[in-house]
Amino acid sequence: MFKLRVMKAFSIILVIFTLGYVPLTLGDVVTEGKSLTFDRKKGNCLACHAIEDGELAGNNGPPLIAMKARFPDREVLFNQIWDPTANNPNSYMPPFGKHGVITREEINKIIEYLYTL
Amino acid sequence: MNNFKTLFLLIFGLFSVALFASPEEDLQKFRDYFENRFPETEFSDYKNGVYSIDLSSREQWESIEDFPPYEINIEQGEELFNTPFKNGNNYASCFENDGIGIRQNYPYFDENRGEVITLELAINECRKNNGEKPYSYYKGGPMADLSAYMASTSSGKIFDVEIPNDDRAFDAYEEGKRLYFTKVGQLNFSCADCHVYQTGSKLRADIPSPAIGHPTHFPVYRSSAGRLVSLHERFAGCLNRVRAKPFKAQGEEYRNLEFFISYMSNGLEINGPGSRK
Ligand code: HEC
Ligand code: HEC
Repeated sequence: MFKLRVMKAFSIILVIFTLGYVPLTLGDVVTEGKSLTFDRKKGNCLACHAIEDGELAGNNGPPLIAMKARFPDREVLFNQIWDPTANNPNSYMPPFGKHGVITREEINKIIEYLYTL
Repeated sequence: MNNFKTLFLLIFGLFSVALFASPEEDLQKFRDYFENRFPETEFSDYKNGVYSIDLSSREQWESIEDFPPYEINIEQGEELFNTPFKNGNNYASCFENDGIGIRQNYPYFDENRGEVITLELAINECRKNNGEKPYSYYKGGPMADLSAYMASTSSGKIFDVEIPNDDRAFDAYEEGKRLYFTKVGQLNFSCADCHVYQTGSKLRADIPSPAIGHPTHFPVYRSSAGRLVSLHERFAGCLNRVRAKPFKAQGEEYRNLEFFISYMSNGLEINGPGSRK
């Protein structure tokens, strides 16, 4: 009985390890992007934007919907997240990239997720 | 002749706006702004902070206020207030009207010292002048209890903060106002971003309250902290939240900030202490 449990634990660890070595697929990037978007310590975008499946969303920014249609140019979207004050000095949205709240790579993952909305 | 008169009035008008862009005008602008923004809210109700504009949470808050969690703090504060110092003097000897019903006159600009004096600073100076150790400005305790008691004796009095005709007083006011409108911290917010421009909108489940009526109900018993929280601790809480470095309680920055927001609350009733989540 005990041996069996140890074996089970061992195989779970093994599986985790192997998965860890598989390069990230687009699906994983989207999942990561989503958690960065929702994480209060990272994007916390929900504080201000309604987002599909997001609970207790704030409402001072526009809802994040139809992102591909509204932001066909990826750079425009990137710049809005990097530093919204470049467009609107009074923007209520924090300059996430410029002030180092999240990294360039993290913003790119967030964008992959936003493009599924 | 008529044209001349109009021109004169126009120039005089512009001149006076530029020359006397005054705290009175700021106050009028703030009031007008909130009146337009929340036409349903009576001016006198701004003393209730966020509950003046968020009716969904108001009922629950009112039921908490029916059995106020700060009652004990008022009692403790009263006892402290009435206990003489070792030298035989008491708090009453340090204040106008024996310290009763005076909350609405704080903070004031002391023209001899050239700085803003808040009630809590004055309480500690009273202690020091009578040979007692000052109390901490943090984490509730005797300072918060005294402040709560002194607010409670002023219940219903109208906030009446004056800016004397003294350049230094005007500068202190301007410093407070500048801090209120300057974006700070990693998240880049000003106080005004939340308490003026975005007042009433939702940040997740939080709704920032209007900028008028903040100091009327302090100190505040916060159920999340399980104790009284001073106005300056609240400033620090908001600054931490936007990842800015807070200032020291009762330092010059916060006293000037309190001067500005208290002036903006003129005309509202004292109703402290209060309770918040
Ligand atoms: C504190 C509030 C706040 C937070 C947090 C916030 N935003 Fe915004 N966002 C706004 C506001 C307000 C606007 C309106 C335009 C402006 O002021 O820049 C906006 C605009 C946008 C736009 C442009 C939308 C449009 O339809 O034009 C995008 C895209 C966006 N935000 C994405 C994000 C993402 C992604 C995050 C998280 C990483 C985020 N926002 C976090 C407040 C916020
Ligand atoms: C990112 C938004 C945000 C910023 C920036 C902000 N606050 Fe707040 N503040 C809040 C929220 C949300 C609350 C809790 C709800 C409320 O207003 O009572 C609050 C509460 C307060 C309260 C207590 C109100 C009460 O009735 O108990 C005071 C006073 C206050 N803030 C002052 C300030 C000052 C001064 C600054 C700038 C130094 C500031 N805030 C910056 C969002 C903010």
